[in-house]
Amino acid sequence: MNNVVQITGVTKRYRSPEGEIQTVVDIPEFQLEERRQLALCGASGTGKTTFLNLIAGILKPDEGEVKVAGKTMSALDEAGRDRLRAASIGYIFQTFNLLQGFTCLENVLLGMAFSGKSDLAQARQMLERVGLSGRMNHSPSQLSTGQQQRVAVARALVNKPPLVLADEPTGNLDPENARQSLALIRETCEENGAALLLVSHDEKVLNQFEHRSDLAEINRAARGEVAL
Amino acid sequence: MTTLLIARKSLKQHALSTAVTALSVALAAGLLMSVWVVKEQSRDLFTTMTGGYDAVLGARGSKLQLVLNSIFHLEASPGNIPYSALETLRRNRRVEAAIPIAVGDNYLGYRLVGTELQMFEHEYAEGREFELAEGTYFDEQRKQAVLGSFAARKLGLKLADKFNPYHGLNYDVNKRHGDVYVVKGILKPTNTPADRVIWIPLAGLQTMEGHAKTAMNDISGALVKFRSPEAGIMMDNLYNKQGDRLTLAWPIGAVMAQLFDKIGWFDKVLGLVAVLVAVVAAGSILASIYNSMNERRRDIAIMRALGARRTTIFGVVLLESSAIAAIGSLIGFVFYAIIMSVVASVIREQTGIVLEPFKGNMIMVAAPVGLILLGVLAGIAPAVKAYRTPVAEFISPVS
Repeated sequence: MNNVVQITGVTKRYRSPEGEIQTVVDIPEFQLEERRQLALCGASGTGKTTFLNLIAGILKPDEGEVKVAGKTMSALDEAGRDRLRAASIGYIFQTFNLLQGFTCLENVLLGMAFSGKSDLAQARQMLERVGLSGRMNHSPSQLSTGQQQRVAVARALVNKPPLVLADEPTGNLDPENARQSLALIRETCEENGAALLLVSHDEKVLNQFEHRSDLAEINRAARGEVAL
Repeated sequence: MTTLLIARKSLKQHALSTAVTALSVALAAGLLMSVWVVKEQSRDLFTTMTGGYDAVLGARGSKLQLVLNSIFHLEASPGNIPYSALETLRRNRRVEAAIPIAVGDNYLGYRLVGTELQMFEHEYAEGREFELAEGTYFDEQRKQAVLGSFAARKLGLKLADKFNPYHGLNYDVNKRHGDVYVVKGILKPTNTPADRVIWIPLAGLQTMEGHAKTAMNDISGALVKFRSPEAGIMMDNLYNKQGDRLTLAWPIGAVMAQLFDKIGWFDKVLGLVAVLVAVVAAGSILASIYNSMNERRRDIAIMRALGARRTTIFGVVLLESSAIAAIGSLIGFVFYAIIMSVVASVIREQTGIVLEPFKGNMIMVAAPVGLILLGVLAGIAPAVKAYRTPVAEFISPVS
């Protein structure tokens, strides 16, 4: 089976406010197979958001190579990374990150638009799939937190991307909504044939995954081993 | 499509500042178009409005004053000339027509002009002659009046109405003449200064009660039509260079053009004010969008995370700024209509000249296009700020 994500020798450093260079991510090797659902345990400070942003191409590594869906994300210029992200990655955030001035349907449509697609029927179908057929023209502020997360899931998956990244997707939800939301993410990823890379520090979430790992094991920087 | 949707939503989210900014652009557009149209049309109309004559003969003095007094019925006469000067003019083979006018009285501020019936037979513009809307022309031997359409409407005078003229060109309640005039006819509108005039027989004005007996045979000037363009040069030489008693204002358009050249600075000041208003409007677009950037950076980061390119975000902001300018320019036509209706009405009231606000003019394309370009320029700084939004910083807390 092919890998949808292939990381080799990636490092990312930041300059601290004190002017000190800090290595946040140092990953010698990481891969995620197509269609696989992997949960990464990531405690605070293990660089999980930076890790996901490197895969998504929002950040560029200082060294190393990130391949997504067979393309070398880290070798692309910013516009190329934007295009690859729009076409191949669905991103679900802890804070949902819905656009407040847009309706649910428009939020989902925007998830498609940046990759050059605009299929109203598909966007509606996706919202129906996540149980929001009656809320399409509501603004996010008119929805409960659970419903907002459903919109975010619909937006991430509407393009049928081969890879879905989820950063603490249940962190802002109550236990019941968290359970439902996670089930929805996993089901829709499976239906769409997408690989899922989820990071969380919630044991209840992590325990539901057959494949799980600890980000600290992957990221040497999280273990305090700094690459020179 | 996506760019349009995002820009539309953003403008809607900031509806109040969008509306206020668009109104400031509208005011600038209205002012720019009004100033330009008034400047162009008034210059065109005042320099081509000759009453169908080539020259004005009057007392020695200012040519401009002669033209303003005789053609535009503004200003006082520079002085009287004897009727014999008109007769001499009429005998000249180069002169096709010479028509006397005499001024010095008014009725409630509307000027009485004494003339001969020949004036009404003369074409006041190519192919256009005076026509009566009702009644008849006056009898040159009686105290009768023919009113210009605007004067009749403003004074509310009808056929057979009687009135007493007042002495002087400005209305003074204490200077009422004892003579009583009867309205015999009302002219159709000509859209010229003649519409503001009360025409009476020349003899009537010369012999009005209280006028100096010594001036009974004098006139204020003569309106002259030459047989050929070359005649003007000869007559100009005869009266202005060889003679020293009379002044021939010729050609009328050139005399008025000199006036506009003299007041050209005023046009420039008005134009500068309009341009400054446009620049301020562009500044308000910049400030309005730039100030909204801080609260929008998260939205921008989300869109970037969804795959929006920096250039798309840059384009959205430029589209917003140009949309505000475009909306403002459209509303600007309402401001233009309001400003022009007031200005045109004042100019008509004061001069009889009728502006045509809705006659096509390049400025009606140039001003909106210029303002939209200015809007695009104003959008560049906020667009750069949006372009530089660090996605990772705004998308979620780093962990």
